[in-house]
Amino acid sequence: MYTSHGMEAIAVGYASALERDDVIAPFHRDMGAFLIRGFTPGEILAQYLGKRTGPSKGKDGNVHMGDLKRGMISFVSHLADNLPVATGIALAFKIRGERRVAFTGTGDGGTSRGDFHEAMNFAAVRKLPVVIFCNNNQYAYSTPQRLQMAIHDVADRAKAYGMPGEIVDGNDVAAVYVASNRAIARARAGEGPTFLEFKTMRMHGHSEHDPAKYVPHELLEEWKKKDPILKAEQLLIQLGYGDAAYFQEIGERVKKEVEAGVEFAEQSPLPEGPEVLEGVFAEEANRY
Amino acid sequence: MTTETVQRQQEVTYLEAISQALDEEMTRDERVFLMGEDIGTYGGAFKITEGFLQKYGEWRVLDTPLAESGFVGAAIGAAMMGLRPVVEMQFADFISCAFDQITEVAAKNHYRWGAAVPMVIRAPFGGGVHGGPFHSECPEGWFFHSPGLKLVAPSTPYDAKGLLKAAIRDPNPVLYFEHKFLYRRIKAVLPSEDYIVPIGKADVKRAGNDISIITYGAMVHLALEAAQVLEKEGIDMEVVDLRTLIPLDKETIYGSVRKTSKAILLHEDNKTGGIGAEIAALLAEECFDCLDGPILRIAPPDTPVPFSTPLEEYFLPKVSDIVGAARKLAAY
Ligand SMILES: Cc1ncc(C[n+]2csc(CCOP(=O)(O)OP(=O)(O)O)c2C)c(N)n1
Repeated sequence: MYTSHGMEAIAVGYASALERDDVIAPFHRDMGAFLIRGFTPGEILAQYLGKRTGPSKGKDGNVHMGDLKRGMISFVSHLADNLPVATGIALAFKIRGERRVAFTGTGDGGTSRGDFHEAMNFAAVRKLPVVIFCNNNQYAYSTPQRLQMAIHDVADRAKAYGMPGEIVDGNDVAAVYVASNRAIARARAGEGPTFLEFKTMRMHGHSEHDPAKYVPHELLEEWKKKDPILKAEQLLIQLGYGDAAYFQEIGERVKKEVEAGVEFAEQSPLPEGPEVLEGVFAEEANRY
Repeated sequence: MTTETVQRQQEVTYLEAISQALDEEMTRDERVFLMGEDIGTYGGAFKITEGFLQKYGEWRVLDTPLAESGFVGAAIGAAMMGLRPVVEMQFADFISCAFDQITEVAAKNHYRWGAAVPMVIRAPFGGGVHGGPFHSECPEGWFFHSPGLKLVAPSTPYDAKGLLKAAIRDPNPVLYFEHKFLYRRIKAVLPSEDYIVPIGKADVKRAGNDISIITYGAMVHLALEAAQVLEKEGIDMEVVDLRTLIPLDKETIYGSVRKTSKAILLHEDNKTGGIGAEIAALLAEECFDCLDGPILRIAPPDTPVPFSTPLEEYFLPKVSDIVGAARKLAAY
């Protein structure tokens, strides 16, 4: 299980900037995007428990869920695989003359794969309405950025493809929103793709099993102060959108929703063994 | 004779049949579009899409960067959004660069989350053209083992056209293996009306009673040639052209072997782990009772496809290999 701990602002920021009929091919730490697209805690937990009521009906687990009707493409483990796919989604929009946008991204590690580069290049050559981001949390599993690439800013890579690359504070939801909005507007206006580097820090192990002892303690301490949720709360209080009591109330409401989700997921049936045989081939194409 | 009947009776090559299928499907359905290297201005390395750019424009005939994984991935995305991409591999050999997108994304998509991927990848494959190790491969075996893909490999102009149309209309990812050796070597008169060859149906290209030879692609013609030689010796071969490799038409395969009681599996892909090995296992499981002799395989040795003429001739199955195997089996 991959958490978005310390990186929550990214998916929440970009998914809020998109229109409903835009399509997201999310990264494996983008739970916020699923929630914004209407995936309920019950559905999500059912997915994680391998229940039939999850979006993958037990065929896949973890954050590997999607729904074409809600414009969410299921994540593929092979990092960066969905980047070329997102360029094709944008290509379909462009061919049909629709003003829709595809939004996708990968981690700092994922940008080392060929598919990242092939997608960046194709998107730029054909001026596709797609936004590609990197959420640079400084580590890929245990591998620090300096062993992943010889550059300091992933955004530099955009230049090589002839598209703008922007560095964004990934822990500031407002900054993520504003930068995403700008990139989306560019894409929608037919001006082509944008690359966004969201600088952030993974505040948890790579996944649940990993204590991440390879991350220097001081680094975590430094980034703790930049916690995106606290930062967002401070901003909203400052702007007069709420106070401490209001956030406490939200916290309680969310807790109740999650508890109801847990109950739904736990009570949901598991699939039956023979269901393994279903769905290898499609009987008809999706109506979408 | 009217001009119409003259036209109708005109023979077309295997290559022209593929071209016609693409053209007719693009005219029939505006969602169909093409992607690949040098398919636009140049008309494709083999000229299958010559004139298409002028006819359909640059957004339906897309010249792509040289990046097979990237453009196959893009085709998957476009297919999920409701278009019908047909991707050209310049040579089937380069499909290895797109292996991950095909096996991990396209093949598993519908199973994992119900999103169909109606796309076709055309892969010009096969040897006999002095292409050497990187322009002669038969990569179908790699994908034969990946659930979620359909695989077809036509041997005649009729099947080439009908199967390509069926592939384009299918809601699944279909790998269409077109044999380069056949492109300009075989011709046929095709029906003037629209038709498809259903995916999943083999075709008995020659009925016979003594031995079943089960094959596909260019090897079908080798089997037919061998059958003529063997006929003179009183051995009556049945030539089963699989046409579709996945899903395999087991009914036709079993039906033929139950009739003849003897089976030879012939293919141009390497012997070990090839499609013949799978069919041999199926026959052993399902038709053991009716077999009157060993199941024989004829396939190239486990080497890359070599370049030099004597090496490639040694590598590829020959009529004499089939005749020898048939004589051996006939003795049982
Ligand atoms: C192609 C590929 N190789 C290896 C893995 C195993 N793996 C999963 S996540 C991960 C690290 C990813 O790092 P990064 O892209 O920086 O994203 P992060 O997890 O740090 O958010 C690895 C190596 C994988 N999923 N895909």
